[in-house]
Amino acid sequence: MSILEIKNLSCAFGGLMAVSDLSFSVEKNEILGIIGPNGAGKTTVFNLITGFYLPLKGSIIFNGENIVGLKPYQITKLGIARTFQNPRLFKELTVSQNIMIAMHKGYKVPLLKVLLSTKQFLKEESIQLEKAEELLDFFGLYKRKNEIAKNLPYGEQRKLEIARAIATEPKLLLLDEPAAGMNLNESLELINLISVIRDKFNLTILLIEHHMEVVMDICERIIVLDFGMKIAEGSPEEVKNDPKVIEAYLGGEVRSVIH
Amino acid sequence: MKKNILTIIGLVILLILAELSKNLDPYLYQIFVFFGINSILAMSLNLINGFTGQFSLGHAGFMAAGGYFSAALSVYQGENLLRLLSFLPRGLAQGIVFFVFLILGGLFAAILGILIGIPTLRLKGDYLAIATLGLGEIIRVFILNLDVVGGPRGFPGIPKLTDITWVAFWAFICFIMIFRLIHSSHGRAIVSIREDETASESTGINTTYYKVLAFSIGAFFAGVAGGLFAHYLMMLHPSSFTFMRSIEILLMVVLGGLGSITGSVIGAFILTILPEALRGFAQLRLIIYSLTLIILMLVRPSGIMGNKELSFYRLTKFFQKRKE
Repeated sequence: MSILEIKNLSCAFGGLMAVSDLSFSVEKNEILGIIGPNGAGKTTVFNLITGFYLPLKGSIIFNGENIVGLKPYQITKLGIARTFQNPRLFKELTVSQNIMIAMHKGYKVPLLKVLLSTKQFLKEESIQLEKAEELLDFFGLYKRKNEIAKNLPYGEQRKLEIARAIATEPKLLLLDEPAAGMNLNESLELINLISVIRDKFNLTILLIEHHMEVVMDICERIIVLDFGMKIAEGSPEEVKNDPKVIEAYLGGEVRSVIH
Repeated sequence: MKKNILTIIGLVILLILAELSKNLDPYLYQIFVFFGINSILAMSLNLINGFTGQFSLGHAGFMAAGGYFSAALSVYQGENLLRLLSFLPRGLAQGIVFFVFLILGGLFAAILGILIGIPTLRLKGDYLAIATLGLGEIIRVFILNLDVVGGPRGFPGIPKLTDITWVAFWAFICFIMIFRLIHSSHGRAIVSIREDETASESTGINTTYYKVLAFSIGAFFAGVAGGLFAHYLMMLHPSSFTFMRSIEILLMVVLGGLGSITGSVIGAFILTILPEALRGFAQLRLIIYSLTLIILMLVRPSGIMGNKELSFYRLTKFFQKRKE
């Protein structure tokens, strides 16, 4: 059963077609990779799915519901969470506060009860903190919970951003270049983490990545974009050997020079 | 529960202190009253500027709206309501009526805040500052042309109901409300907008709702402060609410530290005391005033308190370090 279905999606900035007539679907619990050269429109696809951009035409069906035109926070509430290409943490806040903010959608205490500091309020607060600490513990960030987010090393900032996305209790997780700026060891650790969180939180993962070892290792299926169009789709092996993909990455002229 | 009891004890102590300070020299007494009103203004602006990160320069407008509204209620409806409550002792009845009028003034400002906030809060940074500055001026000019409240002649005959106890009470309420709001999940949602609006939205926070919420709570307390101001001076004039007043409130917030409620109180204290303390210097007064501000900002660019709160824990730690 497909959890996300994208049909004939197009998006333009001025005269530039960033995404044109793109269709694909994501099956439940799979890890689908999106690759492509710089400027191929990968991040634009993410921004379209999460509601930051409005498509020119086409539909995005999530769990049987068309989410085109919904606001980003509404889409998150439906169960799509994302991370950003450059970590966008709440930099001046502590690690646990970062997580707790993402748990706000499940917070049910009305404002008046907060202002009167009722029992329900105090209980909800401690439940939220407890849940956040549990999640941090899972990501190995428990010791850092009271540190200011911007003081974390880069790899942990990335991890925290993923943890924050998980805290919104998503069904579909979009990761925008999670391994960017990581060394090989950190990338391998990340690969492990991604497959673990998929099983633990019962997630479907859509992933943009430049590190080929990460993509080939972890993705069950890959979509290749170039100039906003899908040029190939299939298993990592199929995609790797697709002549169109090689051309997109290495360029046509190079080959003609060789021949 | 324990927290609430502590809060009430704190309030009672503050009110007793306020009652005692009525025996002070009238000059000092007046400074304290203005300090209280200014701290309400600074704390409420800090909610908008410091915690939500929305740069508003229209606070004097909300103060004027709330002040004029509650003053007009007092002048035109005060006697009627007092007659209705004539079975109560006069002092108590007057207190109740004043309390209700202050809240109505605050609500009026809050509604105005919502109406202004929904279109303007789409703007960011400098653009928002200019838009709110303009809207603050619109409120002032509107009042200037409103004959019911005296227009350019000013609005005299407001009963003197504000005393230092009322001011202390409202400053305390404002402090507690904003403090509790900020330390809840709703408050974290508000602060996340300041930190990164895009990320905030992508973690499921309705940023428009929280921006308008913070804006209207800020406007509410500015309106209440305006009501207290009106019923203390017994006379209102639109020239009290020019954008220089907004700047003055902003200075208190920045000086105390954006994102620190206790900082706003300290900022309000310094900027209320400083002009008075400098009276001896005559012509040099404004120069020294400005220089003090420049030096303070050079020494502590993030304000006196930064985004930290003053607490007993921090104070004792600070002094322990000093000893070592």
